[in-house]
Amino acid sequence: MTTLEAAERRAKRTVKETPAEKRDLRLSRALLWPALVVSLVLTQIPFLVTIYYSLQSWNLLRPADQEFVWFANYVTVFTGGDFIPSLISTVVITGTSVVLSVLFGLGIALLLDRKFHGQALARTLLITPFLVMPAAAALIWKWSILDANVGVLNWALGLVGIPEISWNTDLPLVTIIMVLTWQYTPFMMLIILAGLQSQSGEVLEAASVDGAGPIRTFVSMTLPHLRQYIEIAALLGSIMLLQVFDPIAIMTRGTGGTKTLSYLLYERAFVGLEVGEAAAYGVVTVIVTIIVASVALRTLFQIFATDGDK
Amino acid sequence: MRTSPTRRRVALLGIATASVLVLSACAGAGGSGGGDSGGKVTLTLATVNNPQMKDMESLKDSFEKDNPDITIKFVQMEENDLRDSVTKDVATQGGQYDVVTVGSYEVPIWAGNDWLSDLTSLAGDDDDYDVDDLMPPIREALTVDDSLYAVPFYGESSFLMYNKDMFAAAGITMPDNPTWDEVASYAKQLKTADTAGICLRGKPGWGELFAPLTTVVQTFGGNWYNEDWEAEVDSPEFTEATQFYIDLVKEAGQPDPVSSGFTECLNLFSQGNAAMWYDATSAAGSLEDAASPVAGKVGYVHAPVKETAESGWLWSWNLAIPKTSKHQDAAWTFVSWATSKEYQQLVGTELGWSRVPPGARQSTYELPEYQEAASAFAGITNDVMNSVNPEQPGVDPQPWVGIQYVTIPEFQDIGNQVSQDLADVFAGRSELAGVLKSGQELAQKAGDKQK
Repeated sequence: MTTLEAAERRAKRTVKETPAEKRDLRLSRALLWPALVVSLVLTQIPFLVTIYYSLQSWNLLRPADQEFVWFANYVTVFTGGDFIPSLISTVVITGTSVVLSVLFGLGIALLLDRKFHGQALARTLLITPFLVMPAAAALIWKWSILDANVGVLNWALGLVGIPEISWNTDLPLVTIIMVLTWQYTPFMMLIILAGLQSQSGEVLEAASVDGAGPIRTFVSMTLPHLRQYIEIAALLGSIMLLQVFDPIAIMTRGTGGTKTLSYLLYERAFVGLEVGEAAAYGVVTVIVTIIVASVALRTLFQIFATDGDK
Repeated sequence: MRTSPTRRRVALLGIATASVLVLSACAGAGGSGGGDSGGKVTLTLATVNNPQMKDMESLKDSFEKDNPDITIKFVQMEENDLRDSVTKDVATQGGQYDVVTVGSYEVPIWAGNDWLSDLTSLAGDDDDYDVDDLMPPIREALTVDDSLYAVPFYGESSFLMYNKDMFAAAGITMPDNPTWDEVASYAKQLKTADTAGICLRGKPGWGELFAPLTTVVQTFGGNWYNEDWEAEVDSPEFTEATQFYIDLVKEAGQPDPVSSGFTECLNLFSQGNAAMWYDATSAAGSLEDAASPVAGKVGYVHAPVKETAESGWLWSWNLAIPKTSKHQDAAWTFVSWATSKEYQQLVGTELGWSRVPPGARQSTYELPEYQEAASAFAGITNDVMNSVNPEQPGVDPQPWVGIQYVTIPEFQDIGNQVSQDLADVFAGRSELAGVLKSGQELAQKAGDKQK
């Protein structure tokens, strides 16, 4: 309905545009220019500078050897053997964490979407992990929960007779995904809960009058209604998780398949001090991220897309 | 119609990701340099956020009172940030800092790049400064072609710490100069379900795992490079030493080795959950602190050896003056104050004798008040610091001066990558031989640039 109206309005505007309206349009476009210029300067000039640096061979500690090397750094990126594993790590960590936190978020949101005593308190407590700073969260996990000496988790496992686990040594990938899922579940929960609360009670009532059980109602009514919310939650979550850095730097240090692109970039720039190579990694990362993100997200959305609605 | 909102959203994501990555790649350094204003000078000092440096900041009023024309501005940073920020500033001739705190690893590299002012005559001509009192091995490590480019603020070596109660209970006597074979057998004897026989760093990083491991490699007869800058990472000695280290940790060491660095081992050992710990001499200060549960129960002996007589490492945090500083004289006035004997007296009387920066001057160990405050470890620290040989720590001669690191720009990177791969060996995900082979290739590439 609303899309139809909007389309109609748009059609009308293009058909008959008076000169006065045209002038208005020109003025409003002119007013946008300064903002556009500023944002171009802020985003594109650094990018161009990065491209320039990526064509240089420049180690900060070897100032005498700085020279223009065309695409040698890009050759290093693709033949060095670090890039592809790192890309896979990024996709695995981001993908798994997003899917898991959406699932957990959905579950918790369903539980919270009802009236009970202390609801506000429960909601606040459940949101807390997302409000903790990432570095602080990683430190809490490292020291209080996973530490082999004083950590709570190994102690708890010991109570039920499971031998202690060296998390960072033996299961680095699981460790990182665990921390990220813990941290992003509340975020997903918030968005999905908003979706649940916007669902009209009448529709659910009608469904139950028509004889649908709770499972049928959830699958046929609630889930399609939530689709948009889940999509936006997954989208925002992926954007944030693609840049994840703190838990990797604090806990696993890029070992055992946890060297994501952002950590690799950090290493090239600040440990290797190879400015040119790091810039080349940055440029390639931007391009590849856009491609991978488009493909991955489109596939993700197609899973949720059901025919007939909207 | 179906795909268009999706496509728009995807494009939006692309743009957002791109701009975030680009912006984060360009995080630059800001800040300002101090300028002259009517004869008054403001010196900007870049320093690492260690307790000793914080003590220095709390005492700067005393310096400013004696030198009314000079004001000191402290910029404290975490170690890695400091390295990055100062390197960038000095490499790009930024001139932001008048005095910089540099590790002993960087001093020869920076001096080679002509970034640091020569302090030889400034320090040598000042009789009160007593340059000969500075720890000889450290002075050696900070000297390039007979010129001194930095002066130590504090220094450390490494030694073996052991829990005397546990050794007495097991009826073992620790020799003053243990060998690695002895240490390994004690560790296996003392290992129980709750206590580690020994704590050894396993956290990836050239300054974490490779600080102790390089000394083990060197005393086993291996090294990163031979005299002609040919890499020796896949040599039998390097392999044997690394295999020994990993096996020892697996059999008798702490759980979760990849998590354990200096801080983690300090925790484990000070709670009485490890029988031995091989690490920096500076750890003793924390272990003997009044709040430490093991205070008074720890024994200290020389670093374990195999083929060499000594195996302690050598590290110091130093003050240097970049050539780009416009206030060279004022900077030296401050540097000489902060590394002087008077400063040590000042720390002792103002803040307590146990907080005197250790390992920089020999005279520190002659102060009766310091000897008393640090009675458990002052003697052995002085002993170890004076007996290590940074010119040839291993069995064979090496083309650089320094223990525990190689003074070439690429070493941080090589050490970091090899130690990350070793984490996989600790976990059993990959084989040692393959890891050292790829380490050899990395090291050879860097070595070729040195020839």
